[in-house]
Amino acid sequence: MAQVHFRGATKRYGAVLAVDRLELAVADGELLVLLGPSGCGKTTVLRMVAGLEEVDEGTIVIGDDVVNDVAPKDRDLAMVFQSYALYPHLTVAKNIEFPLRQRRIEGEDRRRRVAEAAASLGLTELLGRKPAQLSGGQRQRVALARAIVRDPKAFLMDEPLSNLDAALRVQTRADIVALQQRLGTTTLYVTHDQVEAMTMGHRIAVLRDGVLQQVAPPQELYDRPANTFVARFLGSPGMNLVPASVTEPASVTEPAPGGVPAPGAAPVPVGPPGDRVDLALAGGRLALGGEAALLARKASSLVVGVRPEHLAIDPAGALGARVVIVELLGAEVQVVCALDDGTQVVVRQGADRPRPAAGELVRLAVDSGALHLFDAESGVRLAVGP
Amino acid sequence: MDAETGAVAIVPEPPPAPVRAAEPQGGGAHRRRAGRLVARYVLLTFGAVVVLLPLYLTVVNSLLPTTQLTRRPPPFFPAHPQWRTYATAWDQGHLGIYLRNSAIQTVIIVLGQLVTSILAGYAFAFLRFPLRRVLFVVFLATLMVPFEVTIVTNLDTITTFGWYNSFAGLTVPFLATGFGTFLLRQAFLQIPRDLQEAAALDGYGHWRFLTRIAVPLARPSLAALGVFSFLAAWNQYLWPLLVTGDNNHIRTVQLGLKLLRSTNLQSISVSLAGTVIAVAPLLVLLVVFQKQLVRSLTAGAVK
Repeated sequence: MAQVHFRGATKRYGAVLAVDRLELAVADGELLVLLGPSGCGKTTVLRMVAGLEEVDEGTIVIGDDVVNDVAPKDRDLAMVFQSYALYPHLTVAKNIEFPLRQRRIEGEDRRRRVAEAAASLGLTELLGRKPAQLSGGQRQRVALARAIVRDPKAFLMDEPLSNLDAALRVQTRADIVALQQRLGTTTLYVTHDQVEAMTMGHRIAVLRDGVLQQVAPPQELYDRPANTFVARFLGSPGMNLVPASVTEPASVTEPAPGGVPAPGAAPVPVGPPGDRVDLALAGGRLALGGEAALLARKASSLVVGVRPEHLAIDPAGALGARVVIVELLGAEVQVVCALDDGTQVVVRQGADRPRPAAGELVRLAVDSGALHLFDAESGVRLAVGP
Repeated sequence: MDAETGAVAIVPEPPPAPVRAAEPQGGGAHRRRAGRLVARYVLLTFGAVVVLLPLYLTVVNSLLPTTQLTRRPPPFFPAHPQWRTYATAWDQGHLGIYLRNSAIQTVIIVLGQLVTSILAGYAFAFLRFPLRRVLFVVFLATLMVPFEVTIVTNLDTITTFGWYNSFAGLTVPFLATGFGTFLLRQAFLQIPRDLQEAAALDGYGHWRFLTRIAVPLARPSLAALGVFSFLAAWNQYLWPLLVTGDNNHIRTVQLGLKLLRSTNLQSISVSLAGTVIAVAPLLVLLVVFQKQLVRSLTAGAVK
């Protein structure tokens, strides 16, 4: 077991910067998920740790050792590949014991370890079979057994669930989490599936174009995304982002203390007078107060982010919109709306709420306490969320 | 964990394939299919006769007494098979020693080609080195050069090395082959790169990966290459003729047959018996490795 540190780790393929000065520390025993869209460099990061890709600049430290020049076999890591990488001509038992043979673990010790690894993943009955005779889920478990059998310093998992069907993926996801908890082995887990990342990771590192965007526990990542990319990428669907500009508050939106907000305006958070601003967005206005208002004043143009669950169809809402499509997902309904300026937003509501029809004109109320503010130019987060 | 295993057990039997209903117009289609089948078999039979008849006649004629050989038309079945011709061929033609020489030569060439093709094919498939593509094209280009073009140079080289009249001279020019390298490179390229990387993480270097993983997985191609190089080596005539001089201790069986014919002009059946003896190892090989041979003919046709 060991910590893994990236210190300015950089990887180039010709002119393409695949990983750009990555600074990241994975704690001992942590399950850290590397999340990002295809081509964001997450698999490259994993392969750099494994030693399958050279580090062009910076260092990678496993435990106390800089491993830049250490051969893959001497890093004491086990990798689970997307394709499982099982040896097709060897039986399950031989596949699992393969890493032990090279390490001169012989005889009874080897048999015991293989039996234990197989038993812990429910493979005992399958030890005599060849990979071709196994289902996808079984192959996946053989690959896991091969990884755990020699008790490495860390596991590297490269989208290990992406070849499984949906139901099996959920099951195996839980199995991997349980296994990792039981063994307490530091694990780097690469995926492009944000649900997988949210459910499995102690922390998630979001990558985009080789640049680390944010590292945080799943809930924090969801509640306080560092920029518009993270805001959009996490959540299903992602956060609604609407361009906005700051204006001085119109007096008509001033609510009476303790009173009902004026029509067309969202409720204003409590704050001293003068600390308020209005946001003009998509043909409507939102009033901001408190810290959010202070932050908003600093930026010339903003992007307002709001999660689908913090939007509601409400006749007294601040924003006008036309319903584009209504998607029923069983327990909830996603209503895709086009705001007056054409920006599409998604509203999530319970299936028991009245459902609008496509094409209907509605008004959307915004939970202004749950707004996220981002700088329009850099996309960087300005204000606190909920 | 065993949910899937359980699920497999309770999967219902697939419904029986629907019985083809007797369609009203089905008779015509049926007849057309039958017609095509008959045509196919007629064609295949014709091909088989063309290929096998000479072999059959060789065997028959080898068993005929000299008097019947000249009969027109020649007899199609030997009424009184003369098995003695085989003993005569074996003794007079010294076929025992020639077969041994051919076996030694063939085994050396086959093993040499397998080893060099494995190593070169692996290098082209898995290693990164400068000029890899160019070198591979050069390898392929050697396939376009007929052996006859290089024969004088080769003979010169062999003589310079003092290998004239030796097994080294007989075999060394054939120990490496562009075809084998190409065949095995293609076979190794089919092996997913993940397997090599997984093995690397488990501590297996190139050599161990080659012997433990790559070669076992490329077995069908290896068998095909083995059969091909066996056939080519066994059937060599021109090169052994050039490099063996008059040394009976390294002359191969093809040369032995030629000598047998010249020493036994009056008995054609004896030389034919010798031919049958020389062909026998090939026939055994073809029967045993038929599958690999067919597979290798289509190798590279589809990825």
